Amino acid sequence: MVTVLTESGQRDIPQGDGANGELWLPTGDVEAATGWSLKPEGFCKGAVCVPIPAAGGDKFRRGDAVNVAALWHHMGKPARHSEGGDVWMLGESAADRSAALRSLEAPDFTLPDLQGRMHALSDYRGKKVFLVSWASW
Amino acid sequence: MVISVAMDSREGDPREWIEKANPTYVTLIDRFHRVAGLYHMVNVPQAVWIDEGGRIVRPTESAGAYEGFRKMDRTTLQVPEEVAKITADSKETYMNAVRDWVLHGESSQYAFDDAQRRAHLGLPTEEIAAAHVAFTLGQYLIQTGKAEDGGRLVQEAVRLHPESWTFWRQQAGLSDRKLASQPDFWQRVDALGDKKYYAAVDMKGMPQ
Repeated sequence: MVTVLTESGQRDIPQGDGANGELWLPTGDVEAATGWSLKPEGFCKGAVCVPIPAAGGDKFRRGDAVNVAALWHHMGKPARHSEGGDVWMLGESAADRSAALRSLEAPDFTLPDLQGRMHALSDYRGKKVFLVSWASW
Repeated sequence: MVISVAMDSREGDPREWIEKANPTYVTLIDRFHRVAGLYHMVNVPQAVWIDEGGRIVRPTESAGAYEGFRKMDRTTLQVPEEVAKITADSKETYMNAVRDWVLHGESSQYAFDDAQRRAHLGLPTEEIAAAHVAFTLGQYLIQTGKAEDGGRLVQEAVRLHPESWTFWRQQAGLSDRKLASQPDFWQRVDALGDKKYYAAVDMKGMPQ
């Protein structure tokens, strides 16, 4: 069992194995856990597909399992895991973050209010938004 | 409309502030400082102006905050009158600019054009991206009972992204008033020297 955290949430994968600095997930769980899916063209999200290097041998794929950590690093994205490898965080690269900001499209996010109701920034499309940070500390 | 985001990792910390303020606007809670990662925010309060089409009009900047607190008497917590006036005037100037943009949109003198928007963007480094990964995982582990492993990762996030006051203050010890303003905070502020705590806002009438 491994818990996979991403920018958009978390997913428990009962058949996942995150030990030894590798993150092996059953092929069928990869999309739910990461937002990326395996296609004949490679590792894909939306219109973007990253080919999986054939020279990688069994570094990326082994039977019906995929080493998502290796793919993540191959894409230049940061990933970290807990000491025992039971929790993984798959993050976004500075290059991707910067490209998103340079497009001047406000990056979307979904967060809860105090009552636990979820709000996406994009729910408020059509209105001007003054987005402001604060903290209790 | 206003969307405020509390950069608060500990469950419950923002509750009494929100209940006392009883805001009419949307107030969200960001336990992993995710919005700071997306918009390259490093402190509070920082703001982004976003138009009706979801485009950034003014990228992340100090939301009218002036660092007058640096001239505070640390025993009496009093700020000299002339400094308090700059702080109050900064806030008013900034809020008036927001109102002007709300009324006049793109033709407001405070709305940046595309070139200005791009020129004012702060962009993260790969160290900062890695810091957000360590911070998120660290806070998740702390929240799920693995304080030691999680605390180590949060410390690493602070090391990787030293300009982030949100990371640093989130992990700092709290005063009786539940503020991250213990002596180590003041030492860190003093170590800035001539550098700003709140980056100056590029706007007519704001202190530079």
